[in-house]
Order: sequence, then structure tokens, then C-alpha cells
Amino acid sequence: MSIIVNHLSYIYNQGTVYELKALSDVSFKIDDSEYIGLLGATGSGKSTLVQVLNGLITPSEGSVYYNGEDIFERDYDRKQLRSRVGLVFQYPEHQLFEADVFSDVCFGPANLGLSRTECELRAYEALKMVGLRDEDFYVSPFDLSGGEKRRAAIAGVLAMKPEILILDEPVAGLDPGGRDEILLLIKRIREETGMTVILVSHSMDDAAENSERLLVMHEGQLLFDASPKEVFSEYETLLEIGLDIPQVTKVLRGLKSMGVQINCDAITLREAKEEILRSFGIR
Amino acid sequence: MGIIETKKLIFEYIRRDRDGEPEGVTKALDNVDLSVEQGDFIAVLGHNGSGKSTLARHINAILYPTEGTVFVDGMDTADNAHIWDIRRTAGMVFQNPDNQIIGTVVEEDVGFGPENMGVPSKEIWERVEESLKAVGMYKYRKRSPSKLSGGQKQRVAIAGVVAMHPKCIVLDEPTAMLDPRGRREVIRAVRALNDVEGITVILITHYMEEVIYANKVFVMDKGKIVMQGSPREIFSRVEELKQIRLSVPQATELAWELKKAGLKLPDGILNEEELVKALSGIYR
Amino acid sequence: MLREITLGQYYPAGSILHRLDPRVKLIGTFLFIISMFMFETLPGYVFAAAFLAAVIYLSGVPFSFMVKGLKAVVILMLITVVFDIFLTPGEPLFSFYGITATKEGVELSVKMVIRLSFLILGSSVMTLTTTPNELTDGLEKLLSFLRIFKVPVHEIAMMMSIALTFIPILTEEADRIMKAQMARGADFENGGLIKRVKALVPVMVPLFVSAFRRAGELALAMEARCYRGGSGRTRMKPLVYKRRDRLAYVILLAYLVIAVIIA
Repeated sequence: MSIIVNHLSYIYNQGTVYELKALSDVSFKIDDSEYIGLLGATGSGKSTLVQVLNGLITPSEGSVYYNGEDIFERDYDRKQLRSRVGLVFQYPEHQLFEADVFSDVCFGPANLGLSRTECELRAYEALKMVGLRDEDFYVSPFDLSGGEKRRAAIAGVLAMKPEILILDEPVAGLDPGGRDEILLLIKRIREETGMTVILVSHSMDDAAENSERLLVMHEGQLLFDASPKEVFSEYETLLEIGLDIPQVTKVLRGLKSMGVQINCDAITLREAKEEILRSFGIR
Repeated sequence: MGIIETKKLIFEYIRRDRDGEPEGVTKALDNVDLSVEQGDFIAVLGHNGSGKSTLARHINAILYPTEGTVFVDGMDTADNAHIWDIRRTAGMVFQNPDNQIIGTVVEEDVGFGPENMGVPSKEIWERVEESLKAVGMYKYRKRSPSKLSGGQKQRVAIAGVVAMHPKCIVLDEPTAMLDPRGRREVIRAVRALNDVEGITVILITHYMEEVIYANKVFVMDKGKIVMQGSPREIFSRVEELKQIRLSVPQATELAWELKKAGLKLPDGILNEEELVKALSGIYR
Repeated sequence: MLREITLGQYYPAGSILHRLDPRVKLIGTFLFIISMFMFETLPGYVFAAAFLAAVIYLSGVPFSFMVKGLKAVVILMLITVVFDIFLTPGEPLFSFYGITATKEGVELSVKMVIRLSFLILGSSVMTLTTTPNELTDGLEKLLSFLRIFKVPVHEIAMMMSIALTFIPILTEEADRIMKAQMARGADFENGGLIKRVKALVPVMVPLFVSAFRRAGELALAMEARCYRGGSGRTRMKPLVYKRRDRLAYVILLAYLVIAVIIA
């Protein structure tokens, strides 16, 4: 279940005054069950990239191979692909439309041509997975709270049983409590299903806490493809392209520049705490 | 009396079930006493549904108290005669920049408020120019707002309020929909309004990082003000903040954890510079 | 695909046409449209084409950008052409499954295509060089005499202006919702007419919900900025005729006179 992205380029409004190069010569490979953070400032091309992976945008140049098959071949079944590479858009709650939550979650599976029982079974599973209460299944999606709406919308994609789950800024606009809930949910789903997860984000703290590998985009190009530790060691470059490093890493770097004997590798709060305590001789 | 005074402010609304039948009463604001002096930079923190937006809407006379009173520059918001004076005294910036921009060109949008107030044309142009300069958007004055970034749009919205020459600006989660760069731009603009123009600012947010510049922070939960004090006082109460679903900036949380583990650090670390300084001070 | 509609969009440039009073442009567009229905012969069309070309040149908007506005009505044009060719009585040219194309029909369809494209180009010149606010200001002032008959001119103008502001936001939103539903397996491209219309429900419902939410928020934002209808408002850009506007009126009058002579 690998994705291979090969020399991908995409130009918006080609041949007009508004021409914009959104992707330029992007190549990488994604293996089974990875948890990838896709980072970049607004306009860096990350949203375009995930839409290409989902077959929604046809690239100007280059190709994407899913399980060894070119998804932009003329007779490739892209509708089928979209069920395997699930894409949760930014503010996904804005796409809810059915009279009740349950029917809305059934929309995806029904489009795949599954039997009614199968659709309902999957909808039930998906709603359970995102942790919505049974009594909320048959209320109008518009009556749910912000966080619940978003979980219902994520269930709508999970019900298609994707092998890869891509989430475009899944915590945008939520308050801290809601944000933690969603990130925890994604982590749990991944542990339970072994799904590959690609989390599009501009929060360095979220990326540091969750991902095993980071892809960093800048002006349509793939700037880094490495572990979070390696990426966050490139502080100056990240700053230049409008990104940042986790606050705790900044603290460690600050300490080191003040002459404290300390290792600046830590990117999560727990790691940083251990490192400081060690360096200060507490343990 | 301060520029904004609320006395025992209560706001209730009727909850309805799916068929529209009344189900009960929710107290969105519960005995809120707030006092803001001219020139203050106030921050109101709270998670979604804590009542902070409801409070903001009372200051702009969009909502009226069920009980208690709200005074804006000495005017009672419940008194309909003052409604337009109140709205021009306490301007309001909303969360979604797309839904508050009226003009199709930046300068036209900024001129909308003064036009409504009946300001003479020549003066409108002066006001538009100075307010766009105040938020650093003057060079974009001929652009279409739809072609701007989120942070830029929000600064245009702020300019639109500044052009009405308010004494006070209430910003209701102005950064919730922005990326980190947009957030920084907006906060910088807001600070400049307070510092340079001397406008009273009431910033409503759920990002703790944004409140460190405030003179005073109010924390809301379930319609009540549960904490108030300087940013440093608030930031030293990490456990309580976490309990009401607010996330503490990493540096503050790290300081708190280190302190628990036995390091002698001061209370209420605001940012990473302070933590680095405090730590290097106790390093042997 | 939805982004290609350029009608009603403003193209920022500082040309002389951009600086003209919107009332001049409104009246000019109106006269141009009338003239298109007066012309029946080639010289008339050549004259109109020359006038249009000059105006487009003055507008500073790239021609390619204007032509994009035509794309939106290609289907409409094709339908008119087919109907005209086959349904106009006259001298038969050729037959096709029992229906006959006529010489008059071909002539009429050519005329219709020219008229339609000139109409659209002509009105896009206006919308591309005039911000919606100026446009509605102009309309409001031109039609202000209707207030005697209790027509809420200001309110109608404000509604138009807001609608125009929201067009790009809502088209973008529609695009995003369509893609989001496609990611859930929705199919907008295959199937018969009824199936396709049905497929639009998952797009239309969220779009309406969003439009209502936005409208509510905008109304609030307008009130917070002291909007209370047309009375007592001043204008940032009050409409006052300048020398160039009077000159433009003279040119328009000349255009009309020549048009009448040619026709």
C-alpha cells in the first residue's frame, strides 16, 4: 500500500495573468502505516498536494503511483482510489448535508455501491470510532457542537474504510480542548486500524508530538523529508519560510547558547523536561 | 467610571429541543462584573462556549442583558437612544474575516463605517489613509480583499473599525481562523493600536500566547469570570487553566513541570526567553 | 471550473475607463446594447466592433481575460445557433433528418452570435473597470427618481453590491464542497440529467447553509459598523461629473448619432 510521488508539478490557471505554480517537481514515497506530518506555510502547496494524492487534481507534470499503478492513467478507477485514500478537507463540517448524522456518514459507502446493510454497518462503526454518542446518531448534524460536527465529518470519510487517511488541518478553528480531542482521536484510530496517516498542519507542536516523519513544503517544493528531530534542527531555514520550531526546542537552544551543557534534540515537552533535569543534575 | 463597566451582568437564553419547544434556560453569562479603564489592553480567555463571545456582543449593544447593566463610556446599552453612539465608541472585529468585509476594494471597505456615520467625504479619505497605515495595510488599499491572506484581511477589518475613531475595540477571536504568521500580524497590529493610538483593546481569544501583552487577563468558564489578574498571575495557575480546557504555552508548562520536579523557578513564566533566563540563572 | 466566470469581477488597473463616473459607464453600456439591436448590416457591426475594440484598449484589461467571460455562455450560444439555423423559415440550404437549415437561419444565427458576444464583452468592460460599490452607487443615483414611487432604491443597490462581493467567496466555497463530496465518492460527471441534478443536493445544501451563516454574520458586522440604511450616509467617493465624464458623454452621443445613420 505504498504511494510513490514522482516529479509532480502543478500550475493553477495556466496561461493567464493569475498563473501560479503550486507544486514544482515534488517526489517522495510513503510506506505502510507511517504517521506523516505535512508542514508548510499558507500557500506552500500542501493542500494542492493532498488533492493530487486523492486524484481530485490532475497534475500538470509527473505521476502518482498507488500500489504500483499510475492513478492518472486514463482508465484508472479514481472513484475507487478516493475510498482507499481518504481525504478529510479543512473545516470538514461544512460538507455535512443530510437530515441526520447517520445518513450523512452513509453517503460515502453508498457512493461506493455497497449494500444498505453494509453501509449502515460501516457508518455505525465509523461513528463509534470517532466517539460520538448513540443518541447523537439521529439528530441533525447542524445541532451538534463544533467539535462533534467535525468528528461526524471525519466519520464520513472513515466509513469508506480507507487505507490511507489524509487530514487537511483537522484542528483549524477549534479551541485547545477540541484540538486535543481530535489529535488523540487520530492517534487512536491509527493504533486500532494500522492506517497510514498524513496530517497536514502548520502547528509545529502538533507535528512534533505526533509524526514519525515530516514533509516540509515551501513555495511548491519539497524542502525537507526527514524525521522531526532532523527537521527541527534546521531552525534558521524554517524561520525563513514562515515556520517555527517547538517552543521547548527553542528553550533548549537558548540554554545552550547561554553556555549550558545540554543536548538540543528534544522536541516534545516530556523529552525536554528529562533533558533539562539531566543537565541540571536532578536525575 | 471606566470606559466599559458591567455590573452583575446576566444573560439567559431559552434552549429549544428539536421541535422548537422550550427545553430550559441557559445562563450564558452569570453575574459578570467587568471594569475596563480607558487605554487598557484587556484579554478575555476561555474555551468555546465559555461565554466570552456573548460578553463581547454585549459591549457592542448587539445583545442586551437579561439582568444587570452594561455601560459603555457612561452610556447604558439597554437604552436604545444611545445604540449608534455605543457602536461607534466600542468597535467590533469578528472571527471570520470573509464575513465582515463589505467592499470589493480595501479602501472602500475601510470607508464603510465612516460613511454610515455621515462623515464628510474628504475626512473619510483621511481616516481611511491613517487607519490603513496604523495596521500596515496602506500599500494594499487598491487591492481586492478576496486576493489577500487571512491575516491581511483581518487587518483590513480592524482598519475598518479604527476608521470610525472608536475609544475601544473589541476583537472576538480575531485569530482563530488564521495561520501562525497571520496570527502574529494581527496581534502586532492590535498592540500598535493600543500603544501608539491609545485605543482601549479588549481581545477575546483561546490562545494564551496572545494575552501576554495585556495589562489584565480575565478567564471565563461557564459564563463566569473564574480568574483575573496580570498575565503572570494567570500563567502561574497552570493546573486550574488545564482543568477548564485551556492549553498553556509549552514554555509555561515546561517551567511548571520543572518546578514540580524540584527546580527553583519563579511563578508564571510567560515565554521561552523568560524560561531560558530563569534556568540559566540557577545553572551551576 | 466555476472560477472561470469573469462576469461581475473587477479587474484592478488605473485606466481612464476605471476613473470614469459609473453613471457614464452604465448609460454607455445601455446605449451600446441598444445600438446592437439597431444594426442589421455588416457596416453596423464593423462600426460597433471598432468602438468596442477602442474601449477595450482604453480599459487596460487584457483581451484574453475578457474572452474568458464568453466561455460561460458558449452553450447558450450553441443552442441559439442551432435553433436559428433550423427553425427560421426561408430558402433551404441542406436537410438533416427531416429538418431543414435555411439561408436566413444561418444569417440570423451569425447575427445572434455577434450580438451576444458583443453584449457580453460590452457589459464585461463595465463590470471589469467599475468596482461593484461604484456600480451600485451609480445605479442608485441614476434611479433615485424612483424613490418618489416608494421604490427602496438604496436597499436594492446595497443588496446588489453585497451579492457581488459574495460571488467569488461562494464560488470558491462551492468548488471546495464539490471536491470534498467527490472525495467521499460523489460523482458529478456521469449519468443522466436527473441523476446529475440529484448529485448536486450534497453540494447545494451545505452551500445554502453556509450562505445563510455568512449572511447572518455579515448583517451583524454591518450593524456593528453603524449601518442603518441609506439616510444620513455620506459617500467616500461622491459621484460628481468631471471634464472627462462630459467628454465621454459627447463621444457616446456621437456614437449614437453615427449608429442611427448607419442603421
